[in-house]
Parts: sequence; C-alpha cells; structure tokens
Amino acid sequence: MKKISTPYLLLLPGFAFLFTFFVFPILSLAQVSTATPISGGDVGEFEQTLRFRNYLEAFLESREHFGRSLVYALLATFIALMISYPLAYALAFKSGKYKNVLLVLVVAPFFTSFLLRTVAWKQILGEEGFVVPPLRTLGLISESTTLTSTAGAVIIGMAYNFLPFMTLPLYASIDRIDPRTLEASGDLYANGFTTFRKVTLPLSMPGVVAGTLLTFIPAAGDYVNAELLGGPNNTMIGNVIQSRFLIPDYPTTSALSFMLMAAILIIVIVYIRKAGTDEVV
Amino acid sequence: MARKPLSPEARSIINSKVSRRAVLAGAGAVAGASALAACGSGGGSSENAIRWGNWPLYLDVDDSGKNYPTLQAFIKESGIDVNYFEDYSDNDEFFGKVQAQLKLKEDIGYDLVCPTDWMAARWIRLGYTHKFDKANIPNAGNILDTLASPSFDPTREHSMTWQGIMSGFGWNTEKVPGGVRTLDELFAPQNKGKIVVLSEMRDTIGVILRSRGVDLQTVTENQYMSAVEFLEQKVSDGWIRGVKGNEYAEDLKSGDAIAVIGWSGDMFILKNDYDGKFDFAIPESGGTISGDNLMIPYTATVEAKASAEKLINWYYDPAIAAEVAAYVNYVTPVKGAQAEMEKIDPDLAASEFIFPTEKTMANLSVFRSLTPAEESTWTEAFQKASGI
Repeated sequence: MKKISTPYLLLLPGFAFLFTFFVFPILSLAQVSTATPISGGDVGEFEQTLRFRNYLEAFLESREHFGRSLVYALLATFIALMISYPLAYALAFKSGKYKNVLLVLVVAPFFTSFLLRTVAWKQILGEEGFVVPPLRTLGLISESTTLTSTAGAVIIGMAYNFLPFMTLPLYASIDRIDPRTLEASGDLYANGFTTFRKVTLPLSMPGVVAGTLLTFIPAAGDYVNAELLGGPNNTMIGNVIQSRFLIPDYPTTSALSFMLMAAILIIVIVYIRKAGTDEVV
Repeated sequence: MARKPLSPEARSIINSKVSRRAVLAGAGAVAGASALAACGSGGGSSENAIRWGNWPLYLDVDDSGKNYPTLQAFIKESGIDVNYFEDYSDNDEFFGKVQAQLKLKEDIGYDLVCPTDWMAARWIRLGYTHKFDKANIPNAGNILDTLASPSFDPTREHSMTWQGIMSGFGWNTEKVPGGVRTLDELFAPQNKGKIVVLSEMRDTIGVILRSRGVDLQTVTENQYMSAVEFLEQKVSDGWIRGVKGNEYAEDLKSGDAIAVIGWSGDMFILKNDYDGKFDFAIPESGGTISGDNLMIPYTATVEAKASAEKLINWYYDPAIAAEVAAYVNYVTPVKGAQAEMEKIDPDLAASEFIFPTEKTMANLSVFRSLTPAEESTWTEAFQKASGI
C-alpha cells in the first residue's frame, strides 16, 4: 500500500501547482469566452450567456491575423533552422576546446531583455541605422522603401529572438551522434552529402523536431516583434489579443486565445506524428 | 518661502530628457514593461503620507532626477508627507490593475491619480472618485475657462486638470519644408509610408473629423465611422507606417516617420532638442485638446482626501504651475501662470505650446464623452482600422 501511494504523494506538489496555475485559469478562460456584455452595464462588465457564437465571430474578424501569424511563425522557424543547424553542427563536432565558451555565447543574448533586443533591431533596420543608408547609396533600395514596418522585419526579429531555442536542442541531439557512425558511412563509400542525408540528419531529427516546436509555438503567439518591428499591415494574432484585452473585451480575447491554443495543438500533434519521433515529448 | 527658479542651463538639461510619453517609446509600448520604478519622494514614507500616482516625467525634477522641487516645497510648507510614484503609464493598464479593488472598495494604494479625460469620465461615471471639498481648494477658480466645465465633470467636483494636451500635426522640417497644416498636406504623396498617427482614437479621428467640419461635441456614430473608414483606407494603401502612442517621437527622430499626428508637449521637446528640425502646428481646420486629471479615488481615507485636496490647491497656485510648466511643456491649466512664467523665462511665457493664445484655443476642441456601448464599438472600429 505504502509503495503504491509514494509516487502519487510525490506528484502532489506538481498536481497542486498545475491545478492552481494551469487548470483553474484555463477553466476560467473557458468560462469568460462564452460571456457577453451586460446590457446597460459599464465597460468591462460581462455575464455568462453560453454564447458560442463568440468563437465564430472572433475567428471571422481575425482570420487574417491567424493566417499571418502561422505564415510568419513558419518562415521564422525555417530561417532559424537554416541558421541553427550549421551552428549546432559546428558546436558539436568542430568547436574543440571552445565548445563551452561558444555555448555560453549562444545563450548570452538571453542575459539582455527580450524587449531591448527587439528595440535594437528597430534601430539597426531604421532609416538612419547601419543598413538603410548604405543600401540607399548603392541604389539597392529606393528612397521610399523602408525596412522596418515590414513583414520581413517581423520575421527576422522572431527568427533572431528564438534562435537559441532552436540551437540548443539541435546541439543536444547532434552532440549525441557517435562520430564513428559518420566514419562508418565514409568507409561504406558514402560522400559527405550522403552521410549527412542518411546518417547525421536522421539521427538529429529529435533535435530538429524539438527545436522547431520550441521556436514555432512562441513565435505564433508573439506580439512584441510585430508591435515593434511591424506596421499596421503586419499585426499578428497576439496583437489582436492584447488590444482586445485592453478595451476590455474579455470574451473575444478568451475565445481568440482558445482558438490559438487549439490551432497550435493540432499543428503540433500532426507534426509530431509525421516526424515520427516519440523521443521528443 | 523662496523658491529658486530653474536656470536656463538646468532647463535645457531637463528639456533634453525625453518627455513622459516618449519615455514609454519602444520597450514601454508593450504592456508588460511599463511599470516603471516608483520614485519615492518627500523624505521617507511616514504612515500618514499620501500616495500620488502620476505619469512618468510629468513633474519638475532636479538634475539628480530624485528631487521634485515644487513637491518638496509643498511638503515643507504643509507638513503633509507625499509619496510620489511615476507608475501611471497607461490608462487602460492602470484601470485594469485597480478596478477589482475599487469595486470591492479596498485601498488601491493611491490617494491621487491622473487619468486622461475619457478615463476620468469612466471613473466618475462608476462612482470611483471622491467629491472635492472645494473649501480645501480655493485656487480651483484659477482653472482655464476652456477646461472649467467638461461634460464628464461639469462643475469640476471630482477632477482638476493636471496638464492639457493639444494634438495636431508634427513634421520633420528638412523632409517636409512646406510644413503640414491640413489633412491633405499630411497625406501628400511624398509622405507616403512615412506617416504615423496616434493610437489615441479621440485625437487621430478627432483631427480627421475636424478637417471635415464635424463638431466633436456632437459627433455621431455615422460621422465617426466614416472617418474611421478613411483611416482604414490610408492604412491598407500603405500611407501610414504606424498607429502608435508615444513612440511616434522615436520614429521622427530615427527618420522612420516624417509627418505625424502628435502631441504638443512631445513636439515642443523635439523642436528644442533638434534645433528646429521638427515643428508642430494645430491643423487649420482645428485640433483636439484633452487633459490628464487629478482625482481622488473613493478608497482614500478622509485625512488623505483632505491632504490630497491641499496638494491640488498647491498646484493651482499660478507660480507653482509655471514652475511645473517650465519642465513638462504641456498646456498649463492655470490662469495667471503665464504672468508668473515671465519671471522664470520670457521665452517660455511666449510659447504657444504652454500658453495657447485665445485664437489657438478657439481652434481646439474636446471630444465628447462616449457611452459605455459607444466606447466599446468605437474603440473596436478604430483598432480594426489600425490593423489590430
């Protein structure tokens, strides 16, 4: 008897934490999402009317933002992957005695505030930053073209901000690859590319899946990059949720949050199934 | 007691600091980041100190950034201790923070707050404010006539203006040498993609409505929505680079924006700091004026209320108001402050930014109060036009 109950007792603090800070807020969010303003009531006063149309209306109003968030997050994830893979590979196999120093450098941006790093990008890409004036002088961009307030700036900002989330899991799984498997591949007359395709990449898939998820999920719900680097035509679903929250329009905010969670959950489940790695979770 | 007026040097240093709204630029724009550190003042925090929550950089401060000369003079003269917090940085956010306690009539941690007109209207409507005992505020009569009877508080029994804010056009004089005085000049082809407008709907839509000859005191939903459509079209056609709060000042500095709908105080500071690289004008068709208001939450104790009233009275003394104005550069709501300003700095006394002339004043109007239902739908429509 005692043996059975011990693991459950050990889980108790965890359950208590999850119930207080996850289950309870989720239930309260669900409850608010079907409420409606009290007629004749003041700003921010709602009553429960189980109005599930809130979801449909919120979706129809913000479908453009949903679409944009998914596209931006996918592109940012892709860019982060393209940058991180070679980086993680070099860290795992080529960095030698500098490995620890380089790993610290990958994490170093986290020592500064996320907001400040994003504001820094605003300066870099701004009209009088390092990038625009030289490009103008070279005639590569016209006088009226700008780099901030564009989709590109938002995507680059996200790729940059979430890069360590991509690099670290990739590094962890590439580092675990036994170099002898690569040598064996060479002994069997595989060239470098074939070795990568048939040995390195498949063995690093857990890292790829974990890294893309850790990048994609926060990127899809992000509003900071769009707020600071984007313009009024680059707003994402996170921005809509934030602004509705401040109106305050809690039902719409809750409905949107739920739909965002559901969308991400479905994408993640399908992706993990396809990628076929159960090592991830 | 004798107060030392600011020397020109001190003032230029102070003016070179960002304005209270610009301080929120960038990082602060994001809701989570705005709780700036509270600046305790007034020689410690005794138990009967009153707690004043105000916008950042909205009170005269000395070079060290720690002492508020006019506030310390008040503490000395009245014996009332004041804890000053610069943590009122967003109307909606602050309201969200204290609303639950206000509803339950629990202490919110402040005895004096400073909401903008429309938010002040909400507090008063919900009964969240104390009614002033005017006997404690003999200087209340010094309030400017234009501000004396707003629709949300016709007899000024719950609120007194702290500073007035004019909105109009701001521009970069190098890039837009002709200046901006009409809506057509703002949306001139060469400004395309480099225009920023305020995320404060009453100001942006107000300026558009005035250009159509609409009276902001009687504006109807149809008139409003038609102006919102105009804005929406300009946004989707790529004319407008951003719909922002205070950060437009940063965009002007960085060159990302060259023409804006902006606020007088910010533009005054930009104009001074950059030797005339920027300028500001009230639109020919008229601008808007709004105010931030000193109010006492009804959760304040009787003693705190009386002390807060004495503090309000202190700041309605023209000489004190002039000193504050020399620092904040927004429209001073106190009659007679201009004459006092002559003694501090004749240039500032002549400034249209701080002391708009009768003619300018006549061209500024106040957006009418909205019903709760209007507030929701109008805000939503405006936000949709702004892309969110």
